[in-house]
Amino acid sequence: MSSTALSQFSIPFLMGNSLNAWSEALAGFYLFGLPLGLVIIAAIPLVFIALYSLTYGVYGERKISAFMQDRLGPMEVGKWGILQTIADILKLLQKEDIVPTSADKFLFVVGPGILFVGSFLAFAVLPFSPAFIGANLNVGLFYAIGIVAIEVVGILAAGWGSNNKWSLYGAVRSVAQIVSYEIPAAIALLCGAMMAGTLDMQKINILQSGSYGFAHFYLFHSPIAWLPFLIYFIASLAEVNRAPFDIPEAESELVAGYFTEYTGMKFAVIFLAEYGSMFMVSAIISIVFLGGWNSPLPNIGSVALNDWTNGPVWGAFWIITKGFFFIFVQMWLRWTLPRLRVDQLMYLCWKVLTPFAFISFVLTAIWEICIP
Amino acid sequence: MQELDTAGLGSVRVTRQSDKVVILEKDLVTEQMVLAMGPQHPSTHGVLKLECLTDGEVITEAEPCLGYLHRCFEKCCENVDYPAVVPYTDRLDYLAGMNSEFAYAITVEKLLDIEIPRRVEFIRVIVAELNRIASHLVAIGTYGIDLGAFTPFLFCFRDREIILGLLEWASGARMLYNYIWIGGLAYDVPADFLKRVREFVTYFRPKALELSNLLTENEIFVKRTWGIGIMPADVAVNYGWSGPMLRGSGVKWDLRRNDPYSIYPELDFKVPVPDGKYSIIGDCLSRHLVRAWEMDESLKIIEQCIDKMPSAEGFNSRSAIPKRIRPKAGEVYGRAENPRGELGFYIESDGKSTKPLRCKARSSCFVNLSAMKDLSKGQLIPDLVAIIGSIDIVLGEVDR
Repeated sequence: MSSTALSQFSIPFLMGNSLNAWSEALAGFYLFGLPLGLVIIAAIPLVFIALYSLTYGVYGERKISAFMQDRLGPMEVGKWGILQTIADILKLLQKEDIVPTSADKFLFVVGPGILFVGSFLAFAVLPFSPAFIGANLNVGLFYAIGIVAIEVVGILAAGWGSNNKWSLYGAVRSVAQIVSYEIPAAIALLCGAMMAGTLDMQKINILQSGSYGFAHFYLFHSPIAWLPFLIYFIASLAEVNRAPFDIPEAESELVAGYFTEYTGMKFAVIFLAEYGSMFMVSAIISIVFLGGWNSPLPNIGSVALNDWTNGPVWGAFWIITKGFFFIFVQMWLRWTLPRLRVDQLMYLCWKVLTPFAFISFVLTAIWEICIP
Repeated sequence: MQELDTAGLGSVRVTRQSDKVVILEKDLVTEQMVLAMGPQHPSTHGVLKLECLTDGEVITEAEPCLGYLHRCFEKCCENVDYPAVVPYTDRLDYLAGMNSEFAYAITVEKLLDIEIPRRVEFIRVIVAELNRIASHLVAIGTYGIDLGAFTPFLFCFRDREIILGLLEWASGARMLYNYIWIGGLAYDVPADFLKRVREFVTYFRPKALELSNLLTENEIFVKRTWGIGIMPADVAVNYGWSGPMLRGSGVKWDLRRNDPYSIYPELDFKVPVPDGKYSIIGDCLSRHLVRAWEMDESLKIIEQCIDKMPSAEGFNSRSAIPKRIRPKAGEVYGRAENPRGELGFYIESDGKSTKPLRCKARSSCFVNLSAMKDLSKGQLIPDLVAIIGSIDIVLGEVDR
């Protein structure tokens, strides 16, 4: 950052001006001709949404698993243990940050960063409400599919840099898994894009609006739309390393997979990235197939439920609810199913999901051509 | 490990079908990696270390390294009186302390040739079978964890908790009981004990069904265990396997039936062996199924014991306990069917001392584990974990 840019950035803040003035100054902040200030303004709520979603994602995971296992879960920190995640983060902050002597220090440090960034970058194109989207790209869906792949680099860097055989196994498994599962996932999302005729996330949502509520959702758009929906859901589980596809971090086999050697905040960053990804794929599936921020309630005669429950604030409510619902399903599966073996995982991807994804792709295309 | 000849072997994944070895995958020869699995590994069930030679994810050789939990059991026994050995036996297979005590007690009783009150025998069988269920619950639960299913483990521990509560009520301890003494019991069971045990039996039957729905009939679980780590019956016998491991290979061998002790001949129970309908005989799934079925049989045994139990009228659990145990010179080998197989004690007495001259334990886990090298060849790492889990080792008994 150049010195002039720095002064522009910090002077209103130091002068004690109001927040408004600060954000206005920030909006006018350009770096090498790029409107960096605007990006920062858009990024702040996104990061907060992401952090809140994963804070309560972690809490939810512990409570849901406790419920499924006849336990209570966290109960001590705050009422019903509601502050447990914050206490955990505080604890992790205080932990000693160990870099193993034989590790590749650069990769070891950079790995979690890449993971975190990869997981959070996709939040930029998620429309959280009709009035709010971080970056309204016209290729938003494509961007979301592509940017997640950055995580692979982070995982490989973490696993390789740790210089631990178990980590390496985890990293290699993870790369093979994520790269493989991106194919059925992308094809399944492409079916959604075909139904919409656009890759623009906000437009995909707008096209699913209507007075009949859920009936406009792409899940009910064609008789085979449930197939890409199911395929994407399964593939997204594998992409975010959730059970039954959690083989990269298979605790009983690989100790902790690619993050075996990580401690303190680096571990927390990997952990948070995982939960961030969980919310991200849940949001994507609800945007593409379940109407995103659209209310599922239909207008029934004069009772205009759909109209009443739509709008910028309702939109945020619906998409976050839908996202959390899918997170709940992910957790439900995790605490119910055993883990697949590596070869079974690959079998499922290449011999089951990918062919079916192609079938649904072709059928959706035919449907879109024949029934306008 | 280092001088292992792997020339031209490459990466070969094999499985055994009936009696011939089938090659599943064959790759180019690549550099092999020594991978130390354990002693600090989550799925080696304690402090077992497996030194594996791996080619990618395929294990070409796995050698168990033992001794991390060695506590000189046999030497300790030579330095204490006969009754003082009982607490040490608890610490062999600490998940089935009652069964270990039972085995030791019947061995010394054989050496002393003493008669035991009938009620004592019934109580012994009840607590031993309760402990067998508890032990199998741990085996099944941790097996679930090994395969990535965490929830069944906690369901198992919830039910095991009730058994531990019952045994604590009877003996005063939760795992290391010191309850079955030579010639008798430490105490008679508490007044309502049998009622509570019966309540547990009725409570546990549906829970066992739930467990089987959640784990045993799970498609992924079956896929992970079906046809993995197949041990043919003849090889299993040659290795000296016993318990659920041997029965998993289809050999109907149960010491409660084949070398009966205590009141087992009076009781009606089956010795479950896989029939090849649900699994390939001798694979990991068979061994798991045998454990699940055995829990059911144990419940039956407990119910029968409660029905046939002689009354507590004028009963003293310590009436047959010898004041001073000094056996005649001689040797004896006694064995009992433990949850993990045959636990045998070989005791030698010099006829003068109140301490055993020699007390050797033949532990089932150690013998079962010896087949590890044979079982793990050509398996993937996840399958190796499944195999270790199906052997169900307790390192306390392996290392002694």
